[in-house]
Amino acid sequence: MSTISTSRRMNATPLLQLEHISLSFKGVKAITDISFSVNEGEICALIGPNGAGKSSLLNVINGVYQPDQGTICYAGASRHRMRPHDAAVQGIARTFQNIALFKGMSVLDNVLTGRNLHQRSSWVEQAFNVGRAPDEATEQRRKAEQVIEFLRIQPWRHQLVGNLPYGLQKRVELARALAAEPRLLLLDEPMAGMNRQEKDDMSRFILDTQREFGTTIVLIEHDIGVVMNLSQHVVVLDYGKKIGDGTPEQVRVNPDVIAAYLGTTH
Amino acid sequence: MSFFFEVLLGGLLAGVMYSLIAIGFVLIYKASGVFNFAQGSMVLFAALTFVSLLERSVPFWGAFVFTLLIMLVLAWAIERFVLRQLVNRPPITLFMATLGLSYIIEGLAQAVWGAQVHGLDLGVSDEPFELGGMLLSQFDLFAAAVAGTLVVLLSLLFNKTRTGIALRAVADDQLAALAVGIRLHRLWLIVWAVAGVVGLVAGLLWGARLGVQFSLSLIVLKALPVLIIGGFTSIGGAIVGGLIIGASEKLAEVFIGPIIGGGIENWFPYVLAMLFLLVRPAGLFGERAIERV
Amino acid sequence: MLYRESGQFVTSYRADQRVFRLWQERWGLALLLAVAFVMVPFIANDYWFSAILIPFLVLSLAGLGLNLLTGYAGQLSLGSAAFMAVGAFAAYNFHLRIEGMPFLLSFVFGGLAAAGVGVIFGLPSLRIKGFYLLVSTLAAQFFVQWVLTNFSWFSNNSSSGVITAPQLIIAGHDFSTPLGRYLLTLGIVAALTVLALSIVRSALGRNWMAVRDMDTAAAVIGISIARTKLVAFAVSSFFLGIAGSLWAFTYLGTVEPHGFDLTRSFQILFIIIIGGLGSVLGNFLGAAFIVLLPILLSNISNNLLAGAIDPGQLENIQKIIFGALIIFFLIKEPDGLARIWQSLKRRARVWPLRF
Repeated sequence: MSTISTSRRMNATPLLQLEHISLSFKGVKAITDISFSVNEGEICALIGPNGAGKSSLLNVINGVYQPDQGTICYAGASRHRMRPHDAAVQGIARTFQNIALFKGMSVLDNVLTGRNLHQRSSWVEQAFNVGRAPDEATEQRRKAEQVIEFLRIQPWRHQLVGNLPYGLQKRVELARALAAEPRLLLLDEPMAGMNRQEKDDMSRFILDTQREFGTTIVLIEHDIGVVMNLSQHVVVLDYGKKIGDGTPEQVRVNPDVIAAYLGTTH
Repeated sequence: MSFFFEVLLGGLLAGVMYSLIAIGFVLIYKASGVFNFAQGSMVLFAALTFVSLLERSVPFWGAFVFTLLIMLVLAWAIERFVLRQLVNRPPITLFMATLGLSYIIEGLAQAVWGAQVHGLDLGVSDEPFELGGMLLSQFDLFAAAVAGTLVVLLSLLFNKTRTGIALRAVADDQLAALAVGIRLHRLWLIVWAVAGVVGLVAGLLWGARLGVQFSLSLIVLKALPVLIIGGFTSIGGAIVGGLIIGASEKLAEVFIGPIIGGGIENWFPYVLAMLFLLVRPAGLFGERAIERV
Repeated sequence: MLYRESGQFVTSYRADQRVFRLWQERWGLALLLAVAFVMVPFIANDYWFSAILIPFLVLSLAGLGLNLLTGYAGQLSLGSAAFMAVGAFAAYNFHLRIEGMPFLLSFVFGGLAAAGVGVIFGLPSLRIKGFYLLVSTLAAQFFVQWVLTNFSWFSNNSSSGVITAPQLIIAGHDFSTPLGRYLLTLGIVAALTVLALSIVRSALGRNWMAVRDMDTAAAVIGISIARTKLVAFAVSSFFLGIAGSLWAFTYLGTVEPHGFDLTRSFQILFIIIIGGLGSVLGNFLGAAFIVLLPILLSNISNNLLAGAIDPGQLENIQKIIFGALIIFFLIKEPDGLARIWQSLKRRARVWPLRF
């Protein structure tokens, strides 16, 4: 794993920079003045106890929540607020803590929805299946099948996702996000509730994604072992504040982090 | 100017009646998350039962108590055969079930009591009287007083008693309420029974005004904009919403109606509610939920 | 053995994405169309055409229209009849006021007018969800009815807004006989059904279902929620508008705004609940059910009970039965009759084995 941790220093253009982000719900502070940056092509882990504001931070990055203060600089452009749709257009894809699949649709259809932004045909062409639509449907299917193969979910492709076991649903959700060919991938607890074997599989898929497609990944994970192995960059949150930021090695020895997080839980 | 106030006041008093219908909705919505489309047919059913008993020379209070009992049985049947079977289903399914329910109740009411219009006299005269230069209806004032009393009683019931606390817990989170041992089925029964009682009172007041007939069940349609404006979860909101709809609908009919051709009462409340939604998507008193993902 | 894919291998994605993938499905459909277009005209009499088959087809189409919006895109509507009315009155006016307007084209324009009105009343769906949307569709229901009743221009100044169908002449052929009206209706409904099947399998249909199942996730993967919902309102209203024109011109012949009241909207909603939300076939099953049940009930009452139940009472009983059926389906078979058909198909696939 030593080769991975050097890549942070080699490839040092930031893709995403958060500057002084604050967010509150009805007066309750969820995030207070958080700044950090994520380099192009790295895997960055957000860790911290429950309620530390990790999910809220992801929601801010892709525009589900609007921050009260602060700016987000993504791919060189700086902005105060962003809508989920704009985030998707700019190549930010994500998965959710509580699986957010389209339960009434098949695995294949779920993955195909991820191709949505690569559609060029108009809805009229799609409705009548004329013009660009038929060729495009085949092309999107081919791309979707690539992702399905990459994540090895071929046997379930025609099943309704609502009927699949939890671990597989997590994988389908990743497939849907990857189908969008994102530049930045946000994963909210991709391994929650999984056993060791499933976690290993998922870690492998995440690493493969980074290596094969050069995708920048920000993930939230509670399993410290996994985090230390997987990521080149770790940001530690506690009570909505940033208490640590650096390589896994640096974070491991950070006294604040040990006091607030590593030393007390898990 | 006094004509304006006369129309306004008349509208407000009519609005009280809307509020009364809307309160029935709010109770059920809070307890079971259902937009109960059958509330209107419950009003019809109650009023029709009551008036038919009166016509068969049952004394007033006897008819009232008997109708109450019928409404309790109805609430029990709804809880037992419909709601209990649909626990944990999406709200849209429950809504459609209440639509089916409204068909059953309406069909039943008319099959048993017939479809003709019944007059209903509550012994309150509808003679207008003058107050400060404006003509007011005595009956409207009586209706407002009854509605006000009912609201006070309901507020006491749901703020001071254990049932009320349980109701608030269920409104907040059904599963969590179950987990702490709240008997959901019993609570549903109570709430539907109370909604039935509110329906009976509303049915008597409306029935005395318009005659007891099928169109009573259509007031459910007026309650929807009331709820939208007041918010689905607030009894106070239902009252304010009812007043707003009642007053604005009358004012619109009198002052705007002639310009564009009259009969606008039918759709005006909806357009008003839509405008409200644009400004406050959760209604005046509803809370906007934070979406957690 | 009867119905299975064994031996039929798809070798391209395009073949796999066909609307009818198995030869059994293709032949079954061809057979069905042959029966409907060729055999039925020989068997059925005028009563069947006018009282059963035409309303069945038109209501199926209306159900299809609502199902696209509610079953696929997840937007509840109680205003279907209003969009039917817009279609009917718009088609009437296009045909009346534009010299030499071909009949079929006035249907299409009627559908487009309904689509436009649908989009307007769909606009609030951009800000509100669920029950709140009922207010917008109910507004459509009452407002459209009011406009059509109060402004006599729409009915060419006829009394109480009644419109009468012109002679149904298409390309020189007169379709005014019951058989002609049946064939015309069947042709239009069949064509639109194929269109609907194509839509629900396309990227457009997928986006609708995504918005239905989880709109936040749909927004996050870049589906434009607003556009998707509005397109759903437009397409659904287009189908409903054409259904409305057919209702006025090929089924009833004369119609007034009151014929498209809230009860009609409920009827269409019931069709899709009984038939199955999110199913194309279900609309036909649901419509058949809703057309045939009253006829069945009145036959039972007339023949078996020798007319012991008077018609008013029969209507009440009908209402109770419909209500009970709705609740029954919601409890026992939320996916409707279409689901029952699906499981029959699954049985046929493994027959004579059970699994």
